[in-house]
Amino acid sequence: MKYILLMSGTKAGVRNYQAWCQTDIDAHMSVLRNLQKELDESGEFVATQGLAIPDEAKIVRGEKDGLPVTDGIFPEAKEFLLGYWIVDVRSPERAHAIAGRISTAPGPQGVPTNMPIEVRQLVTGAQKTS
Amino acid sequence: MPALDIPIEPLLRELAPQVLGPVMRRFREFSLAEDAVQEALMAATVEWPKKGLPENPRGWLIQVASRRMTDYLRSEIARRKRETAVAVEMDQVAPPDPGTESDEDDTLILLFMCCHPALTSSSAIALTLRAVGGLTTAEVAHAFLVPEATMAQRISRAKQSIKNSGIPFQLPTVEDRARRLRAVLHVLYLIFNEGYTSSAGPELRRADLSQEAIRLARLVHDVQPQDAETSGLLALMLLTDARRLARTSPEGELIPLMQQDRALWDRGQIQEGITLLSSTLARGSMGPYQLQAAIAALHDEAARQEETDWPQILALYDLLRRLSDNPMVRLNHAIATAMVRGPRKGLELLDQLTTDSRLADQHRLDAVRAHLLEMAGDRREAVKHYRAAAAKTGSLPERNYLLRQAARLASEP
Amino acid sequence: MKYILMMNANKASWDAYANWSKEDLERNVDFMRAFGKELREAGVFVSTEGLAWPDQAKIVRAGENGEPITDGVFPESKEFLAGYWVIDVESPEQAYQIAARASAAPGPGGKPGGVPIEVRQLLSGFADLGL
Repeated sequence: MKYILLMSGTKAGVRNYQAWCQTDIDAHMSVLRNLQKELDESGEFVATQGLAIPDEAKIVRGEKDGLPVTDGIFPEAKEFLLGYWIVDVRSPERAHAIAGRISTAPGPQGVPTNMPIEVRQLVTGAQKTS
Repeated sequence: MPALDIPIEPLLRELAPQVLGPVMRRFREFSLAEDAVQEALMAATVEWPKKGLPENPRGWLIQVASRRMTDYLRSEIARRKRETAVAVEMDQVAPPDPGTESDEDDTLILLFMCCHPALTSSSAIALTLRAVGGLTTAEVAHAFLVPEATMAQRISRAKQSIKNSGIPFQLPTVEDRARRLRAVLHVLYLIFNEGYTSSAGPELRRADLSQEAIRLARLVHDVQPQDAETSGLLALMLLTDARRLARTSPEGELIPLMQQDRALWDRGQIQEGITLLSSTLARGSMGPYQLQAAIAALHDEAARQEETDWPQILALYDLLRRLSDNPMVRLNHAIATAMVRGPRKGLELLDQLTTDSRLADQHRLDAVRAHLLEMAGDRREAVKHYRAAAAKTGSLPERNYLLRQAARLASEP
Repeated sequence: MKYILMMNANKASWDAYANWSKEDLERNVDFMRAFGKELREAGVFVSTEGLAWPDQAKIVRAGENGEPITDGVFPESKEFLAGYWVIDVESPEQAYQIAARASAAPGPGGKPGGVPIEVRQLLSGFADLGL
């Protein structure tokens, strides 16, 4: 069963993250790297992507006279997608456990960030990238 | 049965353009010929390990590809209602100029076709890697992280563009040669950059792209050793690639040039690059690739970063700005200025850049500004700009690098 | 350059979709299929996914003892990702053009939906700071 694990944040949250000290950043990266390795080895990993911070993001609505209508507003408090993982697992509980691992990744002073990770089942079949 | 103890892949890649040339000539067609050669290469991958290497591998491939071509064309003729339609299409590829029958010219002609300025960069890159580099569609797709079907379609459309623009299978005219050659070198440079700038780690195949670019650049250099910019590009690639192992940490973190462990640099490759460059410069010519190679050589020659000849590098950037003024060159020029005349002078140059930089380079501007502000001792402003750059970049390794610099500076007492 | 084109909707929109007529649904599915085909033929297609109904969605946080805490309660206004396309194009403008096409997907009665499509650049693995 394929699940997508979505990590979102706000502009304030991103600014917070950018202010972490080096050891905290490294520790956080290290946990995610180890998780990546595990998922590669277990064969549960399908894909992961990070999204660029939405300063240049656009919302496109419909088409007037052939030109896309764009609107670049992302209010301060609005949550936007930061990145996702796609995993191929035996049960929803396993997907939740992996999401829990991501949420446990440490933040400042080693305290888990406890970021909420949204877990959704995919209805189309995600292909493994390799 | 003789065991196959030489690796097939490199041989096939080398032979690919040498097979496509004659097949194109015989049938006076490019698009189907390229497909036919791909199929012949695949057949070889399957058969040669089983039956052993043919006595004349190139001849074998030409024969198999030609047979596929005949099959294709027979079914084309059968499909069409009027045979004249097929004949007309065949004539759209101009007959080869009888004066240019050599194999080397064929490879060059192929390169000129695949790198035609009418194609988008990504089309030219994909087509060059397959038709001239002999990579499979899957390999090219993997290198660019797109599905195989997408890459196949991209290449197919590139070939259609070539067909539609009626590009002849012959060397460009003398008037056009310089411009077309620049297009070829540009594509090779882009391929090299794709391989070189990708992060190390599990994507080791991406690093092969740099090797592939070097191999293709050597091909072009072998065919026209007198062309200075070709030599310059090859030298630049060798001198840059020589540093690859020092560029990323074991965890995949980016390490800038000034902080790299120079013991990891490939001295042999550096020497090769310098020798090539010296012979080129001795001819008295000067072009952007040669200049960039000369700058790379100055970095590579310094045993320690403190020994870098920055005044000479600055002089070269002054020259380069006159030949090829783009935001990246200006940023590097600002850094060199800072190293010679102090960070404030470098920052002044950056101020001139703020108004005309393309959006895509904005994060680089912030990153360089942060670096120079740090040099100038303005820690708070430097942190601000490192973070601004991190927020703007579309690159994960860059973002991590920039955040770590900000974090480092912010935590210093 | 890789971009992700995302279709988001809140619960009300999802529920409205569930009440579309058979013709409206089929017309929309046909459009999506044709759209995907266009992307593939243009050589820009990387991937596409549809996500399951948000009433099955869970938010997971780290628990005290390593057990993840899951929660399925969401505010009415929360937007859920319905699906996305990842494309590989030459410029942001090309991404917006393609997003405009997606946004024209037909809604009830076959009228172009004008669904807002969020266009975001994906982070690449390249690094070329020139430092």
